[in-house]
Amino acid sequence: MDIYLLEAVINGILLGGVLALLALGLNLIFGVIDVVWISYADVVMCGMYAVYFLYAQYHVPLPLACLIAIIGSACLGILVHRLIIAPVLDAPPLNQLLATGGLLFFLQSFATLLFGTDFRNIGVRLPVLELATMYVSFARLIAFVVALVGAVVLYFFLKRTYIGTAIRAIAQDREIVGLMGVDQRRVYLVVSAIGGALAGLAACLLALQYDVHPFIGNTFGPVIFMICVLGGLGNMLGGFFAAFIISQIIAIGGYYSSTELSYVFAFTFFIVLMFVRPRGLFTP
Amino acid sequence: MLSLASISAGYGSFQALFSVSLDIARGEAVGVIGPNGAGKTTLMRVISGMLPLREGSMTFEGKAIGGLPAHHIIERGIAHVPENRRLFPKLSVEENLRVGAFIPEARARFAEQLDYVYSLFPRLKDRRAQAAGTMSGGEQQMCAIGRALMSKPKVLLMDEPSAGLAPLVVQQVFELVGRIRAEGLTVLIVEQNVQQVLDVVDRAYLLEVGAIKLSGTAAAMKDNSFIRESYLGL
Repeated sequence: MDIYLLEAVINGILLGGVLALLALGLNLIFGVIDVVWISYADVVMCGMYAVYFLYAQYHVPLPLACLIAIIGSACLGILVHRLIIAPVLDAPPLNQLLATGGLLFFLQSFATLLFGTDFRNIGVRLPVLELATMYVSFARLIAFVVALVGAVVLYFFLKRTYIGTAIRAIAQDREIVGLMGVDQRRVYLVVSAIGGALAGLAACLLALQYDVHPFIGNTFGPVIFMICVLGGLGNMLGGFFAAFIISQIIAIGGYYSSTELSYVFAFTFFIVLMFVRPRGLFTP
Repeated sequence: MLSLASISAGYGSFQALFSVSLDIARGEAVGVIGPNGAGKTTLMRVISGMLPLREGSMTFEGKAIGGLPAHHIIERGIAHVPENRRLFPKLSVEENLRVGAFIPEARARFAEQLDYVYSLFPRLKDRRAQAAGTMSGGEQQMCAIGRALMSKPKVLLMDEPSAGLAPLVVQQVFELVGRIRAEGLTVLIVEQNVQQVLDVVDRAYLLEVGAIKLSGTAAAMKDNSFIRESYLGL
């Protein structure tokens, strides 16, 4: 196997980690609350700004800055649910989509107004690892490992705790969980906070690799949606694996042509698959 | 213990219950019988807080519970085994039971209550790791009853526990009602299976088109000429 191709494959796997983390957050929110957060990637953008300002401007140590960004994103998740989602919970899906879509433009415009359109970098230069003449970005490796740890923690939370079990139960029968003492509104807030925190964690990992600007959400938001739909919307495991499929297409496509064209390949693959398996790769 | 005073309820512009009054004493087993669409399920849903009360009042152990949401009713000690079981099909049997123990008091005695439910239904213990949706109807009904018992309720509401089950399993479900009663649990059971429910309850109410038409002891109901003719086919 060509060594450069192998390098592309490894980078693809590493890229898949963060995408998988975001797909988990979006799928969790959709599966439980039944609302698609079109503006999910813009919560990530807010988290990235938080890391940037705390670390690069106010010189807060990076781990602490990340922790604050994660907590802040969780609070933003709760706020979004309270102010935007809760009032339209019983509205037709199109209205919900418009509400969260409106939030997307609001967040992007607000960020432009506050911070301008400059590309800002937190200025952390992590070394590039050389493994047998292959180059692997250390930032990507950290992002991959942390994203995977985040996914495992989420898995055990959903599997082992009472609230986690209730979260999975509510996704299967919304009406009946009240009979077991589960307050649906409280679970929605918990899920929104978790979704926000996952976006915050992804923001920390992405801030190590990319510049932050008000429209950064547009560069990976559509990819995350594509991943979620490909894995079957609401299917967390499906989304997790779909993230790695898509990131491979992007990485290998980028190797054979260019990065821009690799997204064309990924979306073409997605469109064709939607004809073959309209309910997602992993939905029978 | 549980008392409903002229309650009315419905869905949108459709009124399903008209001034229904009903009383259950501690330790009693009470049946509600009646044809399809009489409002039996609506009655259960109102008691457990799934459906809002429109008129009238409900008290439980002397305290008003009318208008409380479902997640507060269960904390007072009223558990509801819903119509068609409504298990979480993709969760395992034990996870279904864990959701049943969601309220704080129940979490504290989870292990103890789980042993109790497994002693009532040894079959559930064998299937603890199986997805609930893949079990037979009878096993699912046991799991649904077990899930409700996990909160250690004072009153158990059972909505059509025999629906869709094989005759032998129906027999087991009614035997179980006798067993859980013996432990002091108060039971309100809604059934279309009139003959069998009258064998296990102390008293019964006949609900027709959203109103109580008759009530009395199980023996008196069995002897009532209207019930004999319309419901027992005698």
